[in-house]
Amino acid sequence: MIETSGLRKSYRSGRRGRTTTVDAVAGLDLHVAEGEIFGLLGPNGAGKTTTLRMLATLLPPDGGAATVAGADLLTRPAEVRRSIGYVAQGGGTWDEVTAREELVLQARMHGLAKAEAQARAAAAVDSFDLAEYADRPCRSYSGGQRRRVDIALGVVHRPAVLFLDEPTSGLDPAARARLWAEVRRLRDAGMTVFLTTHYLDEADALCDRIAIVDGGTLVAEGTPAELKRSIAGEVVTVGVAEPHLAPKAAEVLTAQECVRSAEVRADGALRLSVDTGESAMPQVMRALAGAGIATATIALHRPTLDDVFLARTGRSLEES
Amino acid sequence: MKSLRDTWLVFQRHLLLMARSPLQIFLGVAQPVVYLALFAPLLKPALASMGAGTMADAYRIYVPGMLVALALGGGLYVGFGLLAELGSGVIERARVTPVSRVALLLGRSLRDVVVLAVQAAVIIVLAIPLGLLVRVPDLLLAYLLLALISLTSSAVSYGLALKVGNPDVLGQLVNNLAQPLMLLSGTLLPLALAPLWLRRVSDWNPFSWAVTGMRELFAGHPGDPAVWRSLALMAAVAVAALLWSARRFARTVR
Repeated sequence: MIETSGLRKSYRSGRRGRTTTVDAVAGLDLHVAEGEIFGLLGPNGAGKTTTLRMLATLLPPDGGAATVAGADLLTRPAEVRRSIGYVAQGGGTWDEVTAREELVLQARMHGLAKAEAQARAAAAVDSFDLAEYADRPCRSYSGGQRRRVDIALGVVHRPAVLFLDEPTSGLDPAARARLWAEVRRLRDAGMTVFLTTHYLDEADALCDRIAIVDGGTLVAEGTPAELKRSIAGEVVTVGVAEPHLAPKAAEVLTAQECVRSAEVRADGALRLSVDTGESAMPQVMRALAGAGIATATIALHRPTLDDVFLARTGRSLEES
Repeated sequence: MKSLRDTWLVFQRHLLLMARSPLQIFLGVAQPVVYLALFAPLLKPALASMGAGTMADAYRIYVPGMLVALALGGGLYVGFGLLAELGSGVIERARVTPVSRVALLLGRSLRDVVVLAVQAAVIIVLAIPLGLLVRVPDLLLAYLLLALISLTSSAVSYGLALKVGNPDVLGQLVNNLAQPLMLLSGTLLPLALAPLWLRRVSDWNPFSWAVTGMRELFAGHPGDPAVWRSLALMAAVAVAALLWSARRFARTVR
Protein backbone atom coordinates (compact mmCIF):
# COMPACT_ATOMS: atom_id res chain seq x y z
CA MET A 1 0.00 0.00 0.00
CA ILE A 2 2.95 2.28 0.71
CA GLU A 3 6.38 1.73 -0.83
CA THR A 4 9.30 4.07 -0.39
CA SER A 5 12.86 3.77 -1.55
CA GLY A 6 15.63 6.13 -0.64
CA LEU A 7 13.14 8.76 0.54
CA ARG A 8 15.06 11.87 1.58
CA LYS A 9 14.38 15.28 3.09
CA SER A 10 16.85 17.81 4.38
CA TYR A 11 16.36 21.20 5.92
CA ARG A 12 18.65 24.13 5.22
CA SER A 13 19.18 26.67 7.91
CA GLY A 14 21.24 29.83 8.26
CA ARG A 15 21.83 32.80 6.00
CA ARG A 16 22.77 32.53 2.39
CA GLY A 17 26.36 31.62 1.77
CA ARG A 18 26.59 29.90 5.11
CA THR A 19 23.92 27.28 5.07
CA THR A 20 24.02 24.09 7.03
CA THR A 21 21.99 21.15 5.86
CA VAL A 22 20.34 18.79 8.29
CA ASP A 23 19.16 15.45 6.94
CA ALA A 24 15.82 14.93 8.63
CA VAL A 25 15.18 11.78 6.59
CA ALA A 26 18.25 10.21 4.99
CA GLY A 27 17.15 7.55 2.53
CA LEU A 28 14.29 5.54 3.96
CA ASP A 29 12.97 2.26 2.49
CA LEU A 30 9.60 1.23 3.83
CA HIS A 31 7.04 -1.37 2.79
CA VAL A 32 3.59 -1.14 4.24
CA ALA A 33 1.09 -3.86 3.34
CA GLU A 34 -2.62 -3.30 2.77
CA GLY A 35 -4.77 -3.54 5.88
CA GLU A 36 -2.06 -3.34 8.50
CA ILE A 37 -1.27 -0.91 11.28
CA PHE A 38 2.26 0.20 10.57
CA GLY A 39 4.11 2.19 13.21
CA LEU A 40 7.13 4.42 12.83
CA LEU A 41 8.87 4.27 16.21
CA GLY A 42 11.74 6.50 17.22
CA PRO A 43 12.89 9.25 19.54
CA ASN A 44 12.05 12.92 18.99
CA GLY A 45 13.91 14.27 15.98
CA ALA A 46 14.24 10.85 14.35
CA GLY A 47 12.42 12.07 11.23
CA LYS A 48 9.09 10.37 11.95
CA THR A 49 6.86 13.36 11.42
CA THR A 50 8.85 14.50 8.39
CA THR A 51 8.40 11.06 6.82
CA LEU A 52 4.70 11.01 7.55
CA ARG A 53 4.20 14.53 6.21
CA MET A 54 6.02 13.62 3.00
CA LEU A 55 3.85 10.54 2.49
CA ALA A 56 0.72 12.61 3.17
CA THR A 57 1.71 15.07 0.37
CA LEU A 58 2.29 17.94 2.80
CA LEU A 59 6.03 18.15 2.29
CA PRO A 60 7.85 17.64 -1.02
CA PRO A 61 10.62 15.02 -0.72
CA ASP A 62 14.14 16.00 -1.79
CA GLY A 63 14.88 12.64 -3.30
CA GLY A 64 13.98 8.98 -3.54
CA ALA A 65 10.73 7.49 -4.73
CA ALA A 66 7.45 6.53 -3.13
CA THR A 67 4.06 5.23 -4.09
CA VAL A 68 1.02 5.59 -1.87
CA ALA A 69 -2.12 3.60 -2.70
CA GLY A 70 -0.75 2.94 -6.17
CA ALA A 71 -0.04 6.57 -7.08
CA ASP A 72 3.41 8.08 -7.43
CA LEU A 73 3.97 10.54 -4.59
CA LEU A 74 6.40 12.79 -6.47
CA THR A 75 4.62 13.10 -9.78
CA ARG A 76 0.95 12.64 -8.83
CA PRO A 77 0.35 14.04 -5.34
CA ALA A 78 -3.21 15.01 -6.28
CA GLU A 79 -4.01 11.36 -6.98
CA VAL A 80 -2.44 10.32 -3.66
CA ARG A 81 -4.65 12.88 -1.90
CA ARG A 82 -7.78 11.14 -3.15
CA SER A 83 -6.90 7.93 -1.26
CA ILE A 84 -5.53 9.23 2.01
CA GLY A 85 -6.68 10.69 5.30
CA TYR A 86 -4.37 12.58 7.63
CA VAL A 87 -4.59 13.55 11.27
CA ALA A 88 -1.97 16.02 12.50
CA GLN A 89 -0.40 15.73 15.91
CA GLY A 90 -2.36 18.70 17.22
CA GLY A 91 -5.49 17.88 15.25
CA GLY A 92 -7.23 20.91 13.80
CA THR A 93 -10.76 22.16 14.37
CA TRP A 94 -12.28 25.63 14.67
CA ASP A 95 -13.46 26.35 18.22
CA GLU A 96 -16.77 27.95 17.29
CA VAL A 97 -18.22 25.19 15.12
CA THR A 98 -19.50 21.72 16.00
CA ALA A 99 -17.96 18.35 15.19
CA ARG A 100 -20.84 17.60 12.85
CA GLU A 101 -20.30 20.84 10.92
CA GLU A 102 -16.60 20.04 10.67
CA LEU A 103 -17.31 16.51 9.41
CA VAL A 104 -19.65 17.82 6.69
CA LEU A 105 -17.12 20.45 5.59
CA GLN A 106 -14.28 17.93 5.48
CA ALA A 107 -16.34 15.50 3.40
CA ARG A 108 -17.30 18.34 1.05
CA MET A 109 -13.68 19.45 0.70
CA HIS A 110 -13.05 15.89 -0.46
CA GLY A 111 -15.53 16.58 -3.22
CA LEU A 112 -18.70 14.95 -1.90
CA ALA A 113 -22.08 16.54 -2.58
CA LYS A 114 -23.94 18.12 0.31
CA ALA A 115 -26.45 15.33 1.00
CA GLU A 116 -23.79 12.66 0.75
CA ALA A 117 -21.48 14.65 3.04
CA GLN A 118 -24.24 14.97 5.64
CA ALA A 119 -24.89 11.23 5.48
CA ARG A 120 -21.17 10.51 5.94
CA ALA A 121 -20.99 12.90 8.88
CA ALA A 122 -23.95 11.19 10.53
CA ALA A 123 -22.33 7.79 9.97
CA ALA A 124 -19.06 9.04 11.49
CA VAL A 125 -20.90 10.43 14.51
CA ASP A 126 -22.42 6.97 15.03
CA SER A 127 -19.35 4.86 14.47
CA PHE A 128 -17.05 7.05 16.58
CA ASP A 129 -19.71 7.43 19.27
CA LEU A 130 -19.70 11.22 19.10
CA ALA A 131 -23.47 11.72 19.40
CA GLU A 132 -23.28 13.04 22.95
CA TYR A 133 -21.27 16.13 21.96
CA ALA A 134 -21.29 16.28 18.14
CA ASP A 135 -23.62 19.28 18.14
CA ARG A 136 -21.70 21.30 20.72
CA PRO A 137 -18.89 23.65 19.71
CA CYS A 138 -15.46 22.02 19.50
CA ARG A 139 -14.03 24.35 22.11
CA SER A 140 -15.96 22.47 24.82
CA TYR A 141 -14.41 19.05 24.14
CA SER A 142 -12.04 17.12 26.38
CA GLY A 143 -8.68 15.98 24.99
CA GLY A 144 -9.96 12.47 24.30
CA GLN A 145 -13.17 13.69 22.67
CA ARG A 146 -11.22 16.12 20.47
CA ARG A 147 -8.90 13.33 19.38
CA ARG A 148 -11.80 11.09 18.36
CA VAL A 149 -13.25 13.95 16.33
CA ASP A 150 -9.84 14.48 14.69
CA ILE A 151 -9.71 10.84 13.64
CA ALA A 152 -13.31 10.88 12.45
CA LEU A 153 -12.38 13.93 10.31
CA GLY A 154 -9.43 11.98 8.90
CA VAL A 155 -11.60 9.09 7.71
CA VAL A 156 -14.94 10.73 6.89
CA HIS A 157 -14.27 10.28 3.16
CA ARG A 158 -13.32 6.59 3.69
CA PRO A 159 -9.71 6.68 2.52
CA ALA A 160 -7.66 3.58 1.79
CA VAL A 161 -4.77 4.85 3.89
CA LEU A 162 -4.89 6.81 7.13
CA PHE A 163 -1.90 8.75 8.47
CA LEU A 164 -1.82 9.44 12.20
CA ASP A 165 0.91 11.62 13.69
CA GLU A 166 1.49 10.72 17.37
CA PRO A 167 -2.20 9.87 17.80
CA THR A 168 -2.21 9.36 21.56
CA SER A 169 0.29 11.92 22.82
CA GLY A 170 -1.17 13.83 25.74
CA LEU A 171 -4.09 11.46 26.30
CA ASP A 172 -4.90 9.81 29.62
CA PRO A 173 -4.71 5.98 29.76
CA ALA A 174 -8.47 5.43 29.33
CA ALA A 175 -8.73 7.75 26.31
CA ARG A 176 -5.63 6.10 24.91
CA ALA A 177 -7.05 2.57 25.18
CA ARG A 178 -10.23 3.78 23.54
CA LEU A 179 -8.31 5.32 20.66
CA TRP A 180 -6.35 2.12 20.13
CA ALA A 181 -9.66 0.28 19.85
CA GLU A 182 -10.84 2.79 17.22
CA VAL A 183 -7.65 2.36 15.20
CA ARG A 184 -7.96 -1.44 15.33
CA ARG A 185 -11.57 -1.18 14.21
CA LEU A 186 -10.50 0.86 11.17
CA ARG A 187 -7.82 -1.71 10.36
CA ASP A 188 -10.34 -4.54 10.70
CA ALA A 189 -12.56 -2.70 8.22
CA GLY A 190 -9.70 -2.91 5.72
CA MET A 191 -7.98 0.43 6.14
CA THR A 192 -4.22 0.71 6.11
CA VAL A 193 -3.02 2.79 9.05
CA PHE A 194 0.39 4.45 9.12
CA LEU A 195 1.24 6.09 12.44
CA THR A 196 4.20 7.59 14.24
CA THR A 197 4.82 7.12 17.93
CA HIS A 198 7.52 7.45 20.50
CA TYR A 199 5.71 5.19 22.94
CA LEU A 200 7.17 1.68 23.15
CA ASP A 201 3.96 0.14 24.47
CA GLU A 202 1.93 1.73 21.68
CA ALA A 203 4.23 0.32 19.01
CA ASP A 204 4.20 -3.06 20.74
CA ALA A 205 0.50 -3.40 21.47
CA LEU A 206 -1.15 -1.54 18.61
CA CYS A 207 1.04 -1.99 15.56
CA ASP A 208 1.08 -5.06 13.34
CA ARG A 209 4.48 -4.09 12.03
CA ILE A 210 6.91 -1.37 12.98
CA ALA A 211 9.92 0.39 11.60
CA ILE A 212 12.35 1.77 14.16
CA VAL A 213 14.01 4.96 12.94
CA ASP A 214 16.81 7.02 14.40
CA GLY A 215 18.57 10.02 12.91
CA GLY A 216 16.52 9.78 9.73
CA THR A 217 17.52 6.22 8.91
CA LEU A 218 15.90 2.83 9.34
CA VAL A 219 17.22 0.88 12.33
CA ALA A 220 14.99 -2.20 12.13
CA GLU A 221 11.73 -3.29 10.55
CA GLY A 222 9.40 -6.19 11.38
CA THR A 223 6.60 -7.32 13.64
CA PRO A 224 7.14 -6.42 17.30
CA ALA A 225 7.57 -10.15 18.09
CA GLU A 226 10.16 -10.63 15.32
CA LEU A 227 12.13 -7.63 16.45
CA LYS A 228 12.18 -8.76 20.04
CA ARG A 229 13.16 -12.27 19.01
CA SER A 230 16.05 -10.81 17.02
CA ILE A 231 17.58 -9.82 20.33
CA ALA A 232 19.61 -12.88 21.38
CA GLY A 233 17.10 -14.91 23.37
CA GLU A 234 15.75 -14.02 26.78
CA VAL A 235 17.33 -13.22 30.10
CA VAL A 236 16.87 -15.06 33.40
CA THR A 237 18.22 -13.49 36.56
CA VAL A 238 18.95 -15.70 39.57
CA GLY A 239 19.70 -14.55 43.10
CA VAL A 240 21.53 -17.17 45.15
CA ALA A 241 20.90 -17.34 48.90
CA GLU A 242 24.60 -17.17 49.75
CA PRO A 243 26.26 -14.58 47.51
CA HIS A 244 29.78 -16.06 47.86
CA LEU A 245 28.53 -19.11 45.96
CA ALA A 246 27.57 -17.02 42.91
CA PRO A 247 30.79 -17.74 40.92
CA LYS A 248 30.36 -21.45 41.54
CA ALA A 249 26.73 -21.24 40.46
CA ALA A 250 27.79 -19.52 37.25
CA GLU A 251 30.21 -22.35 36.56
CA VAL A 252 27.50 -24.97 37.14
CA LEU A 253 24.96 -23.17 34.96
CA THR A 254 27.31 -22.48 32.06
CA ALA A 255 27.62 -26.24 31.72
CA GLN A 256 23.87 -26.55 31.21
CA GLU A 257 22.74 -26.97 27.62
CA CYS A 258 19.89 -24.48 27.87
CA VAL A 259 22.13 -21.67 29.11
CA ARG A 260 24.09 -19.74 26.50
CA SER A 261 26.12 -17.69 28.92
CA ALA A 262 26.14 -16.76 32.57
CA GLU A 263 27.71 -13.82 34.31
CA VAL A 264 27.77 -12.49 37.83
CA ARG A 265 26.40 -8.96 38.04
CA ALA A 266 27.78 -6.27 40.31
CA ASP A 267 24.92 -6.80 42.76
CA GLY A 268 25.81 -10.49 43.12
CA ALA A 269 22.92 -11.81 41.03
CA LEU A 270 23.48 -14.08 38.04
CA ARG A 271 22.44 -12.94 34.59
CA LEU A 272 21.77 -15.89 32.29
CA SER A 273 21.26 -15.59 28.58
CA VAL A 274 18.84 -18.32 27.42
CA ASP A 275 16.81 -19.20 24.34
CA THR A 276 13.43 -19.67 25.99
CA GLY A 277 12.99 -18.65 29.56
CA GLU A 278 9.99 -20.81 30.42
CA SER A 279 11.78 -24.11 29.81
CA ALA A 280 15.17 -22.91 31.06
CA MET A 281 13.97 -21.82 34.51
CA PRO A 282 13.10 -25.31 35.91
CA GLN A 283 16.36 -26.73 34.54
CA VAL A 284 18.33 -23.91 36.13
CA MET A 285 16.68 -24.55 39.48
CA ARG A 286 17.28 -28.30 39.23
CA ALA A 287 20.95 -27.81 38.36
CA LEU A 288 21.49 -25.42 41.25
CA ALA A 289 19.73 -27.76 43.68
CA GLY A 290 21.88 -30.64 42.42
CA ALA A 291 25.02 -28.61 43.19
CA GLY A 292 23.73 -27.80 46.67
CA ILE A 293 23.25 -24.08 45.99
CA ALA A 294 20.06 -22.55 47.40
CA THR A 295 18.10 -20.18 45.12
CA ALA A 296 16.62 -17.05 46.67
CA THR A 297 14.97 -15.43 43.65
CA ILE A 298 14.52 -16.20 39.97
CA ALA A 299 13.06 -13.90 37.35
CA LEU A 300 12.45 -13.99 33.62
CA HIS A 301 13.03 -10.86 31.60
CA ARG A 302 11.69 -10.75 28.06
CA PRO A 303 13.31 -8.30 25.67
CA THR A 304 11.34 -5.14 24.93
CA LEU A 305 11.44 -2.93 21.89
CA ASP A 306 13.69 -0.69 23.95
CA ASP A 307 16.20 -3.58 24.10
CA VAL A 308 15.97 -3.75 20.30
CA PHE A 309 16.65 -0.03 20.06
CA LEU A 310 19.48 -0.32 22.58
CA ALA A 311 21.07 -3.23 20.73
CA ARG A 312 20.97 -1.40 17.38
CA THR A 313 21.85 2.13 18.41
CA GLY A 314 23.65 1.79 21.72
CA ARG A 315 21.13 4.15 23.34
CA SER A 316 17.92 3.59 25.18
CA LEU A 317 14.81 4.98 23.51
CA GLU A 318 13.29 5.85 26.84
CA GLU A 319 16.27 8.01 27.73
CA SER A 320 16.65 9.75 24.38
CA MET B 1 -16.24 25.18 -11.79
CA LYS B 2 -14.58 23.24 -9.00
CA SER B 3 -12.76 26.37 -7.84
CA LEU B 4 -16.07 28.23 -7.66
CA ARG B 5 -17.74 25.47 -5.69
CA ASP B 6 -14.76 25.22 -3.32
CA THR B 7 -14.65 29.01 -2.92
CA TRP B 8 -18.31 28.93 -1.91
CA LEU B 9 -17.51 26.15 0.57
CA VAL B 10 -14.67 28.07 2.23
CA PHE B 11 -16.66 31.31 2.14
CA GLN B 12 -19.66 29.67 3.85
CA ARG B 13 -17.48 28.26 6.60
CA HIS B 14 -15.90 31.63 7.30
CA LEU B 15 -19.25 33.38 7.30
CA LEU B 16 -20.44 30.82 9.84
CA LEU B 17 -17.39 31.50 12.00
CA MET B 18 -18.12 35.23 11.76
CA ALA B 19 -21.74 34.73 12.67
CA ARG B 20 -20.69 32.76 15.74
CA SER B 21 -18.47 35.57 17.01
CA PRO B 22 -20.10 38.78 15.74
CA LEU B 23 -18.31 40.88 18.36
CA GLN B 24 -15.28 40.98 16.08
CA ILE B 25 -17.20 42.83 13.36
CA PHE B 26 -18.43 45.49 15.74
CA LEU B 27 -15.10 45.95 17.47
CA GLY B 28 -13.65 46.56 14.02
CA VAL B 29 -16.13 49.37 13.44
CA ALA B 30 -15.67 50.98 16.87
CA GLN B 31 -12.64 53.05 15.93
CA PRO B 32 -14.17 54.60 12.79
CA VAL B 33 -17.28 55.48 14.77
CA VAL B 34 -15.17 57.27 17.36
CA TYR B 35 -13.41 59.14 14.55
CA LEU B 36 -16.78 60.03 13.08
CA ALA B 37 -17.92 61.57 16.35
CA LEU B 38 -14.72 63.21 17.56
CA PHE B 39 -12.35 63.69 14.67
CA ALA B 40 -14.62 64.98 11.92
CA PRO B 41 -15.72 68.13 13.79
CA LEU B 42 -12.06 69.06 14.19
CA LEU B 43 -11.61 68.75 10.48
CA LYS B 44 -14.33 71.15 9.45
CA PRO B 45 -12.04 74.16 9.19
CA ALA B 46 -9.50 72.09 7.28
CA LEU B 47 -12.11 70.71 4.92
CA ALA B 48 -13.29 74.23 4.19
CA SER B 49 -10.47 74.38 1.67
CA MET B 50 -12.26 71.56 -0.22
CA GLY B 51 -15.49 73.49 -0.31
CA ALA B 52 -17.05 72.34 2.96
CA GLY B 53 -19.05 75.22 4.27
CA THR B 54 -21.21 73.32 6.73
CA MET B 55 -20.83 70.30 9.02
CA ALA B 56 -22.93 68.27 6.58
CA ASP B 57 -20.47 69.13 3.80
CA ALA B 58 -17.59 68.11 6.02
CA TYR B 59 -19.15 64.68 6.61
CA ARG B 60 -19.79 64.23 2.90
CA ILE B 61 -16.06 64.64 2.34
CA TYR B 62 -14.88 62.88 5.44
CA VAL B 63 -17.02 59.71 5.47
CA PRO B 64 -16.03 58.40 1.99
CA GLY B 65 -12.37 58.78 2.96
CA MET B 66 -12.95 56.96 6.18
CA LEU B 67 -14.69 54.09 4.39
CA VAL B 68 -11.62 53.68 2.18
CA ALA B 69 -9.42 53.77 5.28
CA LEU B 70 -11.59 51.08 6.88
CA ALA B 71 -11.40 48.84 3.80
CA LEU B 72 -7.67 49.34 3.53
CA GLY B 73 -6.74 49.22 7.22
CA GLY B 74 -9.17 46.50 8.25
CA GLY B 75 -8.20 44.27 5.34
CA LEU B 76 -4.49 44.55 5.99
CA TYR B 77 -4.91 42.93 9.40
CA VAL B 78 -6.78 39.78 8.31
CA GLY B 79 -3.47 37.93 7.89
CA PHE B 80 -3.28 37.46 11.65
CA GLY B 81 -6.35 35.23 11.49
CA LEU B 82 -4.64 33.14 8.83
CA LEU B 83 -1.55 32.73 11.00
CA ALA B 84 -3.75 31.52 13.85
CA GLU B 85 -5.41 29.04 11.49
CA LEU B 86 -2.03 27.81 10.31
CA GLY B 87 -1.06 27.23 13.93
CA SER B 88 -4.28 25.44 14.82
CA GLY B 89 -4.01 22.85 12.04
CA VAL B 90 -7.22 23.70 10.18
CA ILE B 91 -5.25 24.76 7.10
CA GLU B 92 -3.30 21.54 7.11
CA ARG B 93 -6.56 19.63 7.27
CA ALA B 94 -7.64 21.39 4.07
CA ARG B 95 -4.27 20.83 2.42
CA VAL B 96 -4.57 17.03 2.43
CA THR B 97 -7.87 17.27 0.57
CA PRO B 98 -8.13 17.97 -3.16
CA VAL B 99 -9.83 21.32 -2.37
CA SER B 100 -8.83 24.11 -4.77
CA ARG B 101 -5.94 26.19 -3.40
CA VAL B 102 -7.26 29.39 -4.96
CA ALA B 103 -10.55 28.75 -3.15
CA LEU B 104 -8.76 28.78 0.20
CA LEU B 105 -7.74 32.39 -0.54
CA LEU B 106 -10.85 33.61 -2.37
CA GLY B 107 -13.29 32.17 0.18
CA ARG B 108 -11.51 34.06 2.93
CA SER B 109 -11.18 37.31 0.98
CA LEU B 110 -14.87 37.29 0.09
CA ARG B 111 -15.71 36.84 3.76
CA ASP B 112 -13.59 39.94 4.43
CA VAL B 113 -15.62 41.84 1.83
CA VAL B 114 -18.84 40.88 3.60
CA VAL B 115 -17.46 42.01 6.95
CA LEU B 116 -16.48 45.33 5.42
CA ALA B 117 -19.92 45.73 3.83
CA VAL B 118 -21.55 45.36 7.24
CA GLN B 119 -19.12 47.79 8.86
CA ALA B 120 -19.57 50.33 6.08
CA ALA B 121 -23.34 50.08 6.46
CA VAL B 122 -23.03 50.85 10.18
CA ILE B 123 -20.97 53.95 9.48
CA ILE B 124 -23.19 55.21 6.68
CA VAL B 125 -26.34 54.77 8.76
CA LEU B 126 -24.73 56.63 11.67
CA ALA B 127 -23.56 59.43 9.36
CA ILE B 128 -26.94 60.06 7.70
CA PRO B 129 -28.36 62.05 10.63
CA LEU B 130 -25.13 64.08 10.55
CA GLY B 131 -25.89 65.21 7.02
CA LEU B 132 -24.51 62.47 4.79
CA LEU B 133 -26.60 62.11 1.68
CA VAL B 134 -26.11 59.50 -1.02
CA ARG B 135 -28.27 58.12 -3.83
CA VAL B 136 -28.74 54.33 -4.00
CA PRO B 137 -27.09 53.80 -7.45
CA ASP B 138 -24.12 55.87 -6.29
CA LEU B 139 -23.99 53.86 -3.06
CA LEU B 140 -23.90 50.61 -5.04
CA LEU B 141 -20.95 51.90 -7.06
CA ALA B 142 -19.30 52.99 -3.82
CA TYR B 143 -19.79 49.47 -2.47
CA LEU B 144 -18.21 48.01 -5.58
CA LEU B 145 -15.20 50.25 -5.09
CA LEU B 146 -14.99 49.29 -1.42
CA ALA B 147 -15.18 45.58 -2.32
CA LEU B 148 -12.23 45.98 -4.71
CA ILE B 149 -10.20 47.79 -2.06
CA SER B 150 -11.05 45.15 0.52
CA LEU B 151 -10.14 42.29 -1.85
CA THR B 152 -6.80 43.99 -2.47
CA SER B 153 -5.92 44.65 1.14
CA SER B 154 -6.99 41.23 2.42
CA ALA B 155 -5.21 39.37 -0.40
CA VAL B 156 -2.04 41.35 0.32
CA SER B 157 -2.37 40.62 4.03
CA TYR B 158 -2.82 36.87 3.48
CA GLY B 159 0.10 36.80 1.08
CA LEU B 160 2.33 38.67 3.53
CA ALA B 161 1.23 36.38 6.38
CA LEU B 162 2.25 33.32 4.36
CA LYS B 163 5.53 34.98 3.41
CA VAL B 164 6.68 36.08 6.88
CA GLY B 165 4.87 33.41 8.92
CA ASN B 166 5.38 35.30 12.17
CA PRO B 167 2.72 37.51 13.81
CA ASP B 168 5.25 39.96 15.29
CA VAL B 169 6.94 40.60 11.97
CA LEU B 170 3.58 40.76 10.22
CA GLY B 171 2.39 43.40 12.70
CA GLN B 172 5.36 45.67 12.02
CA LEU B 173 5.10 45.13 8.30
CA VAL B 174 1.40 45.93 8.17
CA ASN B 175 1.80 49.05 10.30
CA ASN B 176 4.60 50.30 8.10
CA LEU B 177 2.50 49.66 5.03
CA ALA B 178 -0.83 50.99 6.28
CA GLN B 179 0.38 54.32 7.72
CA PRO B 180 1.91 55.83 4.57
CA LEU B 181 -0.81 54.40 2.33
CA MET B 182 -3.48 56.04 4.46
CA LEU B 183 -1.71 59.36 4.89
CA LEU B 184 -0.94 59.50 1.19
CA SER B 185 -4.52 58.80 0.21
CA GLY B 186 -5.97 61.77 2.05
CA THR B 187 -8.42 59.63 3.99
CA LEU B 188 -8.00 61.35 7.32
CA LEU B 189 -6.35 64.65 6.45
CA PRO B 190 -7.15 66.09 3.03
CA LEU B 191 -4.25 66.23 0.64
CA ALA B 192 -5.34 69.66 -0.42
CA LEU B 193 -3.39 70.82 2.62
CA ALA B 194 -0.28 69.01 1.49
CA PRO B 195 2.68 70.62 -0.25
CA LEU B 196 2.96 69.99 -3.96
CA TRP B 197 5.65 67.27 -3.74
CA LEU B 198 3.50 65.26 -1.34
CA ARG B 199 0.57 65.51 -3.72
CA ARG B 200 2.81 64.28 -6.56
CA VAL B 201 3.82 61.28 -4.43
CA SER B 202 0.21 60.53 -3.61
CA ASP B 203 -0.58 60.42 -7.34
CA TRP B 204 1.23 57.09 -7.32
CA ASN B 205 -0.95 55.72 -4.55
CA PRO B 206 -3.96 53.87 -6.02
CA PHE B 207 -5.87 54.34 -2.79
CA SER B 208 -5.59 58.10 -3.22
CA TRP B 209 -7.43 57.71 -6.53
CA ALA B 210 -9.97 55.51 -4.80
CA VAL B 211 -10.64 58.21 -2.21
CA THR B 212 -11.17 60.79 -4.92
CA GLY B 213 -13.60 58.52 -6.77
CA MET B 214 -15.39 57.73 -3.54
CA ARG B 215 -15.84 61.42 -2.69
CA GLU B 216 -17.31 62.14 -6.12
CA LEU B 217 -19.83 59.33 -5.60
CA PHE B 218 -20.89 60.68 -2.22
CA ALA B 219 -21.04 64.17 -3.71
CA GLY B 220 -23.57 62.83 -6.22
CA HIS B 221 -21.32 63.00 -9.30
CA PRO B 222 -21.23 59.40 -10.60
CA GLY B 223 -20.35 60.74 -14.06
CA ASP B 224 -17.13 62.35 -12.87
CA PRO B 225 -14.14 60.73 -14.62
CA ALA B 226 -12.56 60.14 -11.19
CA VAL B 227 -15.25 57.49 -10.59
CA TRP B 228 -14.55 55.19 -13.51
CA ARG B 229 -10.83 55.82 -13.21
CA SER B 230 -10.83 54.73 -9.58
CA LEU B 231 -12.95 51.67 -10.34
CA ALA B 232 -10.72 50.60 -13.23
CA LEU B 233 -7.54 51.23 -11.29
CA MET B 234 -8.71 49.37 -8.18
CA ALA B 235 -9.98 46.45 -10.29
CA ALA B 236 -6.53 46.10 -11.84
CA VAL B 237 -4.82 46.39 -8.45
CA ALA B 238 -7.21 43.85 -6.90
CA VAL B 239 -6.58 41.33 -9.68
CA ALA B 240 -2.82 41.77 -9.29
CA ALA B 241 -3.01 41.36 -5.50
CA LEU B 242 -5.18 38.24 -5.78
CA LEU B 243 -2.87 36.68 -8.35
CA TRP B 244 0.18 37.34 -6.20
CA SER B 245 -1.46 36.00 -3.07
CA ALA B 246 -2.95 32.97 -4.85
CA ARG B 247 0.55 32.06 -6.01
CA ARG B 248 1.77 32.27 -2.42
CA PHE B 249 -1.12 30.05 -1.34
CA ALA B 250 -0.42 27.52 -4.05
CA ARG B 251 3.26 27.41 -3.13
CA THR B 252 3.03 27.42 0.67
CA VAL B 253 -0.15 25.43 0.92
CA ARG B 254 0.78 23.06 -1.90
